[in-house]
Amino acid sequence: MKELFILAIVTTFTLVTYYLVEPFAHANMHAHHESQDFTYNDLPALTKKGDVTRGKDLVMGAGACAGCHSIKVADMPAPMDAVTAAQSYGVNPPDLSNAGAVYDAKFLAALIKNPAHALMLENKYNEKTGKTFPMPQFYGAGGDIDQEIADMVAYLQSIAPKEEELTANEAFETACGRCHAVHYEYNLDDKLHPSWTQIGEKPTFKHKQDELAFETKVLDYQDSLTKYLGKLPPDLSMYIRSRGEHFLSTFAENPDNYLKGTAMPRVGVNAVAAEKVIEHLADVGDSKRHMRDSIGKNVMIFIIIFAIFAILWKKEVWKELH
Amino acid sequence: MAHFTKATSLHDWLNQRLGVDTLNRVLATEYWIPKNINFLWAMGMILAITFGILLISGIFLLMYYQPNVNLAFDSVNYTIMQEVGYGWLWRHVHGVAASVVFLIIYIHMFTGIYYGSYKKGREMIWLSGMLLFVAFSAEAFSGYMLPWGQMSYWAGMVITNLFSGGSLHADGLVEWIRGDYVPAQAYLNRFFMLHVLLIPVAIMGLIGLHFGALRIPHVNNQDGEEIDFDVEAKKYLAGDKANSKVIRFVNDFLSKDMMVVGIYLIFFFYLVFYHFDFAMDPVNFDPADGLKTPTHIYPEWYFLWSYEILRPFSTNVGLIAFAFAQAIFFFLPFLDRSPNAVPASRRGLFKIWFWAMLVDMIVLTAMGKVPPVEPFGTIGFYAALTFIGLWIALPFITMLEKKV
Repeated sequence: MKELFILAIVTTFTLVTYYLVEPFAHANMHAHHESQDFTYNDLPALTKKGDVTRGKDLVMGAGACAGCHSIKVADMPAPMDAVTAAQSYGVNPPDLSNAGAVYDAKFLAALIKNPAHALMLENKYNEKTGKTFPMPQFYGAGGDIDQEIADMVAYLQSIAPKEEELTANEAFETACGRCHAVHYEYNLDDKLHPSWTQIGEKPTFKHKQDELAFETKVLDYQDSLTKYLGKLPPDLSMYIRSRGEHFLSTFAENPDNYLKGTAMPRVGVNAVAAEKVIEHLADVGDSKRHMRDSIGKNVMIFIIIFAIFAILWKKEVWKELH
Repeated sequence: MAHFTKATSLHDWLNQRLGVDTLNRVLATEYWIPKNINFLWAMGMILAITFGILLISGIFLLMYYQPNVNLAFDSVNYTIMQEVGYGWLWRHVHGVAASVVFLIIYIHMFTGIYYGSYKKGREMIWLSGMLLFVAFSAEAFSGYMLPWGQMSYWAGMVITNLFSGGSLHADGLVEWIRGDYVPAQAYLNRFFMLHVLLIPVAIMGLIGLHFGALRIPHVNNQDGEEIDFDVEAKKYLAGDKANSKVIRFVNDFLSKDMMVVGIYLIFFFYLVFYHFDFAMDPVNFDPADGLKTPTHIYPEWYFLWSYEILRPFSTNVGLIAFAFAQAIFFFLPFLDRSPNAVPASRRGLFKIWFWAMLVDMIVLTAMGKVPPVEPFGTIGFYAALTFIGLWIALPFITMLEKKV
């Protein structure tokens, strides 16, 4: 009994110390933001039902999206390569093949109508600063602008992969990959995935010259990006460990939560895509997490059996000592 | 030369050459331990086992770690954590053990203080233990540099800056320690050497000294009773095990140790697999960047109490208070003037002193981590004053103590 009492005291002091040093201290160090479940309540709801065929005409028009964006699934190539595009716009405009699956519909509509507003970059792009966001606003094609935007969103959703078809790394590439590199290779389903650079996966090269040429392109791209954003966005290889799931998800939802006035735009991903982006970062930065869980279970069973035998041995030995 | 006969068995062959029977008797079966002990007496064994875990996991990590400022971070977070089979396991084991070992050290120290196990011939046990504490602290700090993350770099910057001595401006000393103006390649290399060679060797030597220091005064017991070990050992050997006040180190004491170790390992591996974040600060998963100071710089939890003794004061006073905090525990056996080597519960004012010190150090630990804003700044300031005050009061309150 006395030993249990001592154990209770030791445990209590240990837990109090743990509580003060971890949950208590961290609550006092970092602002906490609850997720809004990617509902984007500040953006207007879509009221019109879109028409895919009309949307296709609008999106494919050279004066509209396809003038700058590639749409690989619809065989629409990019007008410029990534490096040149970044030199022109600051960042390479995204391919729109997955846009309908990755971005929230409300957000897409708001983005087409007024990009700087949807991206929460109006503090940087406004009349006072005289800067205009590289992507122009869509002023309508002559009809009801809200209907036209709904049509475009409907078309983008029609060509996008289904929720379950969108892979974690595709979600990442569309949402984050044109600004953030992830230089760690990773294994998934027995396949080695190469490093990710802002201009795409780093290929395997036979000749050093080709590799250097590729790296030069990456550096050129990064230069444009740095000029555009003020700072090269960080490599995200270990972000799942350095930031954690909750921070990543609430940060992507609204970067302003944590970094007021940051150059990083609101990404506008939907809840499913956000989960996939985080899964991808875990695939790269915490690739052994499933193994950790399964081995953990076995080790715990082993140690518990060990402890039981140790207790029985003690009982046996001490029988004649009492 | 000794006389050797033809060996009758391998055991006999070894016995003639190494005296294994004598060794076994002296070190194990007739190394007498008091029977009147509780599970806190197993902390030494837990520490030995945790040190073993650190050593073995460290050897595995050493095979892949690269002490180079350009490679170190990736060699830990990519090569070890993802490419090497079970590398992640060894790293989590090493990181968690490095943190947990301090929890056990503190329990071990406070057990010693509570039961007065640093008095009446046991001073060398306490002093060698304190040397171990210093060596483990240096080992933990140097190891923390190796992943070369943001917290490695900035903790290295802050701690080495302490050696400038405030107004003394001994900047040359700081540069000498770093081998550069800022923590860089020379710095990483020397801390790598300290972590994997010099300090572990010192720790192993000190563990030997610590064990040796126990031999003559013997292990204390939970009532501070003075035991005549020869008489009690005879009683035990004569078969009266139940009435003897002593037990054999092997198997009697060891079986109890292993029971506690078994329960401890459940706790330990639970942390390794399911709750490792407390020991692996997220900030250190960002690579070191000398141009980007983290918002909050704080040491690992086990250094927080002494950090908080430094922080609430002006630079010079803080450094003196910090130096005081680092050294004062060494003097415990000499500041305690009481003739009693019994549990604190029977020592009047010292009982209050003990619990006040424990609570004060927990308050300091908590305040050392939170940002120095109000009311934490004030709480930390008074907790630091309380710490110093308690040590100044110790000789006086123990002098007043009556013999029990």
